Amino acid sequence: MSDPVTSSTGGGDAPRLRPHAGWVRTCHWSLLAFVLLLAMSGSIILKSHPRLYWGEAGNDLMPALLELPISDNHRPDGWVTTARFDELPGAPISAWRDYPIYNHNHWARSLHFLAGWLLVTTLTLYALLALRTGHLWRNLLPRLRDLRWQALRQELRKHLLAADVEVGPPYGQLQRVAYTGAVFVALPLMLLSGLTMAPAITAAWPGLLDLFGGYQSARTVHFAGFLLLVLFALVHVGMVVRTGLWRQLRAMLLGR
Amino acid sequence: MLRRQVSHSRRAFLGGTASLLGLCAAGCGETEPPTYGNLLRMGDLLTYKAHRLLLPEHSMAREYTLAELSPAPAIGTVNPADSGGHRFHEEHGPRYERLRAGGFADWALTVEGAVARPQAFSLAALERLPRRTQVTRITCEQGWTAIVEWTGVTLRGVLEATGMLPTARYVQFHAYDHTADGIDMLDALHPQTILAFGMNGRPLELSHGAPLRLRVETQLGYKSIKYLRRIVVTERFDDNGNDGDIRNGWSWYAGI
Repeated sequence: MSDPVTSSTGGGDAPRLRPHAGWVRTCHWSLLAFVLLLAMSGSIILKSHPRLYWGEAGNDLMPALLELPISDNHRPDGWVTTARFDELPGAPISAWRDYPIYNHNHWARSLHFLAGWLLVTTLTLYALLALRTGHLWRNLLPRLRDLRWQALRQELRKHLLAADVEVGPPYGQLQRVAYTGAVFVALPLMLLSGLTMAPAITAAWPGLLDLFGGYQSARTVHFAGFLLLVLFALVHVGMVVRTGLWRQLRAMLLGR
Repeated sequence: MLRRQVSHSRRAFLGGTASLLGLCAAGCGETEPPTYGNLLRMGDLLTYKAHRLLLPEHSMAREYTLAELSPAPAIGTVNPADSGGHRFHEEHGPRYERLRAGGFADWALTVEGAVARPQAFSLAALERLPRRTQVTRITCEQGWTAIVEWTGVTLRGVLEATGMLPTARYVQFHAYDHTADGIDMLDALHPQTILAFGMNGRPLELSHGAPLRLRVETQLGYKSIKYLRRIVVTERFDDNGNDGDIRNGWSWYAGI
């Protein structure tokens, strides 16, 4: 494993650039693979109940915060009311679903968890290596003294309009904010909100339910985190294409 | 909770994988959930082992107030007597119909296996055992939740009344709707694991598993099977063949 600083070999056209270290490249592609598996299996799980709620309880017999048009699983007229537990209006009811639904959760959830284990392992390894090699401070964490709205806006302008954008490492402030946000904020948030959906885990750590404001809130946050990661992926790939797809791919694949 | 049979091609693939990698299937099956050489099942087993290693024993799932009761869907099952149902059993279905017609007066739950005093409990006999009422959250594997008050007897009380042997490690449940499932002794002895005959202050509805269903509050809803008929205490892991979770592609452990 080579230290990116001492083994600096910068290319001719960009002398400031240091190659990506081997462990960074390995972690990058592993994380990508596991996140893709998680996104794919997560979408399949979401399709079985494409409605989001806030709080603890949420189901087909209750209004949704958001209904996603990704499957035909929610049919309000497909329910047979079997019980009303009180005479008062608004009393809890029970109803029986009498139509078949899209559900491939048996393999999708097991895959989601398998990929989750792999992601958490890779992420932990990445964090430890980033800490140990100094990559975290030198290249990743946003420089606090430069973390100003004005500076970020200026850099954003440059990213959008300038003919040539610096790629790094060392990374620019916007890159630092994006990478730190995705890897050390969004992914851990996905893990925490995911764990909050596990009955055995919230029995042991009920604080998770309080943190998110209930099971359904955690599920909604889990989906919001997914959207944030999609946004990150789009911007990230967009900037890779803008700064030279082949050059960037070669740098992240081969380290030169 | 809606189960789907795994397609034949998938079964064949699993079978092939099992014969290549599954040398331990016969040996492992005795004491812990087998993986049959399937990667997804290995992930499930890892999650199960991690929960048992890391989570404190018998943490209580959150309980709610009656003011928080919510509408409660009933899914994944049909009347066990419905001969068109996907889980109809030729012998138990008609028997269930006769028992239900008689108000379940002749219904009895058989408890056998690794117990000193195998016996059959009528509803009246069950009601004399240690009772428990709890307002808890159903966490469906599809992603919806509902808050329901359950009344029943603790499974621990039933196991103690039958003189469970010290070698017992798993508890298997068999239902009138041709469903079978099992849990380990840790979940079986959990104070909130109950055999429920009441829901929201009323006898259990047909759609929710009349006259008696299991409630395992530390696992996803599909483990809490309905229409209980027979309980078998075992010393070895039992996958319940084609009626069980594993052969149908579902994770046996669903504490998640």
